[in-house]
Parts: sequence; structure tokens; C-alpha cells
Amino acid sequence: MHTVRALLPLLLTAGCKPPPDEAQHMPQADPVRGKQAIVRAGCGACHVVPGLRWPQGQSGPSLEGFADQGLIAGRLPNRPDLLVAYVRNAPATLPGTTMPAMPLTDGEARDVAAYLYASGKR
Amino acid sequence: MTSGSIFAVFDPAGPYAGSITTLAWVLIAMFVAVLAVVIAALWIALRGSGRLKARLGGTRAIWIGGIGFPVVVLTALLVYGLTLTRHLTAPMPQDAMRVRITGEMWWWRVAYLDPSGRPFMLDANELHIPAGRPVLLELESNDVIHSFWVPRLSGKLDMVPGRRNTLPIQADGPGVFAGQCAEYCGGPHALMGFVVIAHEPAAFDRMMAARRAPRPVPDERGRQLFRSTGCAACHRIAGTEANGMAGPDLTHVGSRRSLGAGILPNNRGTLAGWIGDSQAIKPGNRMPPYKTLSAADLQALAAYLEARK
Ligand code: HEC
Ligand code: HEC
Ligand SMILES: [Cu+2]
Repeated sequence: MHTVRALLPLLLTAGCKPPPDEAQHMPQADPVRGKQAIVRAGCGACHVVPGLRWPQGQSGPSLEGFADQGLIAGRLPNRPDLLVAYVRNAPATLPGTTMPAMPLTDGEARDVAAYLYASGKR
Repeated sequence: MTSGSIFAVFDPAGPYAGSITTLAWVLIAMFVAVLAVVIAALWIALRGSGRLKARLGGTRAIWIGGIGFPVVVLTALLVYGLTLTRHLTAPMPQDAMRVRITGEMWWWRVAYLDPSGRPFMLDANELHIPAGRPVLLELESNDVIHSFWVPRLSGKLDMVPGRRNTLPIQADGPGVFAGQCAEYCGGPHALMGFVVIAHEPAAFDRMMAARRAPRPVPDERGRQLFRSTGCAACHRIAGTEANGMAGPDLTHVGSRRSLGAGILPNNRGTLAGWIGDSQAIKPGNRMPPYKTLSAADLQALAAYLEARK
């Protein structure tokens, strides 16, 4: 019993990354609308986006498997709030990034993030 | 961007497209009627009673059904069709607006013409027209055969090198209408779209007046980059030294709804993406990729072009 107690903190922190489904849960956002917003904004001009056959731009990283990724652009923790801010106004969220600000409303940015989490699993 | 719905063909937005759609419905109705007759004849041949077969099997049936019927129906159809669509080839009013559109591999040159037929404003890939008024398009090509088609506004007409074909278009109300090159012209032909924007006449006049006013270009850094990067060799921006004609005119690129000839939404991000690597977006197009531009230069160029309204 004691050993279990002693090990508990270790067990809890062992998985640095919480299970993705929990942490990436976005109840108020709609991935279907998110995909439409991605098409409307033209993210495909620079990214391979899962579920999008055209365009498949190469200027930015592929967003396939993005849900399983630890960091956004290698520097920000991959969390819904940060992703929402990043896809909408990347330079303000992560100074120095080459990803441009995109014409999305806050609601659309949430939907986009939800789509990337829902579709971007490997 | 191009809402390539096949139903656009059945959803005309002006008189020229309207009569073509009507004719299409008449033809479809005739097709259904003739098919029904053929199926009935087939059924009689396989299952019909001997008496019925004997009555229909003589030479009389061939005279009536094989010669008389087609001659009457096809003649009536020819007369009807030519009458219905005669306004497509009728002379236009003298003061009608005229625009020359030249097909290029794989985009469109647009020149608004004055009454004497000389270009007074250059643009590309998108056409602005006043709603409710007929506009005459002079269709030409500089390389291979293209075909100009905006299904909701008019018919489809080839652009043939060395020839000038004319096509009237009209939109009954304001709106945005997608077009598409309809003759295979090599490489990214499928990504050669077009956009027509119809405005209320008063708004149209205001827009054209604003475009014709002198155009100061205050962004010195963007202008400088546009020249030093080599863009100016292929692109023209009125009011600057950029005077290249190998690519689309970018004087008003910031006010376009689309990039890459009607295919990609237009904003600062997609502009940067297009400039950086248009070959990934529209493989085979004639603009080189600029993968080695720094992010800062790319953003500056995109901002400069976004402001060219
Ligand atoms: C001009 C091209 C461009 C456009 C347009 C663009 N991006 Fe990006 N994006 C980039 C670049 C470049 C990066 C890499 C940034 C970095 O590493 O600093 C990036 C990074 C990202 C990342 C982080 C990827 C990772 O692997 O860490 C996400 C998520 C993203 N973009 C989403 C989007 C969405 C959503 C849109 C449309 C609303 C979009 N991008 C439009 C260029 C673009
Ligand atoms: C070798 C000639 C050439 C050079 C140099 C060139 N372009 Fe282009 N550009 C083209 C052609 C051709 C197109 C049309 C491509 C298509 O849609 O098929 C084009 C298209 C574009 C478009 C889209 C226009 C529209 O209406 O769709 C933009 C924006 C653009 N170029 C910007 C630039 C910038 C910025 C540079 C310099 C960094 C540049 N170009 C250098 C030939 C060139
Ligand atoms: Cu074509």
C-alpha cells in the first residue's frame, strides 16, 4: 500500500503529455465548420492539410498528424488556447514565426483548431 | 474558389445564358420523348402481338417515323433554336461597354476598352461589369486555343490565336460568377478559372472612377523589393516602374477575390504562399517559385501587393 502511495506522484507525472483526447477536447467548436474555414482562408496555399486534396502547399509544415505533436512550430505547447491564437495571428502569438496572420474570426479559429485536432491524428 | 457546380449550367443569371438554358431544357425534353418512343418500339418488337407488329412493320412506318418525323421535328427545332438565341449574335448598342480578354497559358489578360477600342485600363483574371447592362467581350489568344466560359452569364466560346471572337454577357443583378477555361490548353488547364463580379451600375461607376484616379504608391520598401527580386520583369503595376507583361497585371491585385486565375482565396497569407511556391499550388504555371526569399521579405511583398487595390 505504502509503495503505491509513494509511487503515485510518479505515475501521475510519468506521461508528461496528458491523453490527447482530453486535453484537445473543444466542446464549443465544430470541426466541420473548421474545414470550411480552412478552405475559405486558403491554408492549403502553404500546408498539406489532412482531408484536403488541393492545394497542397509546401511553404509550411504538413499538418498531418498535428494532434500528436508536442509543440506548435517547435516552440509553443500544443494546447487549444494557444493553437486558436496561433492560427489566427501567428506573429503576435509567437514573435519571429514565419506563419502569417490569417483572416479568421475568433470563432472560426476555434473551429479550425478543432478540425486540426480531430483530423490530424496519425 | 471557383464554385464549379455543374448546376450552374441550369441556373442562368442573365438573358444570354437564359436562352441557352431554355434551349437545353427543350433538348432534354426531346431526348426523353424520343427515348420513350424507342423503348416502346423495342418492347413491341420483343413482346408485342403479331397484329401490332404487322401494322408497324411496313414501309409506311419508315416513311413516317424514319423520314417525316425527323425532318419536321429537326426543322422546327432549328428554327426555334435560331430564333431563341438570335440576340447572342445581334449587333450590340453603340455605347455598350467592351472588354478584351486574352487567353494565356494559364491565366487571362483583361483590357477595358474605350469607345475607339483602345485599352484604358489593364487587369487580369477577374472582370467587373455593371449589372443589367450588356457587355461585349472580344476574345483572343496569344498561344493556344482556350475557351471562355462563365456558364451563368453566357455561352461558351473558343479563343483562337490570330482571331477575334465576340461574346455578349450580361448579369441581371449584382453577384459573383465563376468561369473556367473550357478547352484543354495543357498543364494546369483545370486550374484556369475566371471570376466575373457584377455591381449595381452606380457602384460600378464609382469603382471605375476610383481606379482611374492617380495612384500614389507610398510603400517604398515593397516597391523596391518588387524590383530587386525580379518581379517587375514579368508584372506591371501602374504608377511604378514595374512594367513586365509576361504575367498578370498586378495594379489592382489587392482587390481581387482570387489568386492564380480564380482558384485560390486572396489574402496576405495566400499571397505569401503563392509568391513563395506557386508551383506547389498550380503545378506547371509560368511563375518561378521564390523559396529562398526571407520570411520578412515575403511578408513585405505580400503586404505591398495586398495594398494594390
Ligand atoms: C504563407 C504561408 C502560410 C499560410 C497561408 C498558412 N501558414 Fe501555417 N505555417 C506556415 C509556416 C511557414 C509555418 C512554420 C512556422 C514556424 O515554424 O515558425 C506554419 C506553421 C503552422 C502550424 C504549426 C505547425 C507545426 O508543425 O508546428 C499550424 C498549426 C498552422 N501553420 C496552421 C495554419 C492554418 C490553420 C492556416 C490557415 C488559416 C495556415 N497555417 C496558413 C505558413 C503558412
Ligand atoms: C518569369 C515571369 C514571372 C516572374 C519573374 C514573377 N512572376 Fe508572378 N506570375 C507570373 C505568371 C505567368 C503568373 C500567372 C500564373 C498562372 O496563374 O498561371 C504569375 C502570377 C502572379 C500572381 C497572381 C496574380 C493573379 O491575379 O492571380 C502574383 C501575386 C504574382 N505573380 C506575384 C509575383 C511576385 C511578387 C514576383 C516576384 C517575387 C513574381 N510574381 C515574379 C510570372 C512571373
Ligand atoms: Cu484551358
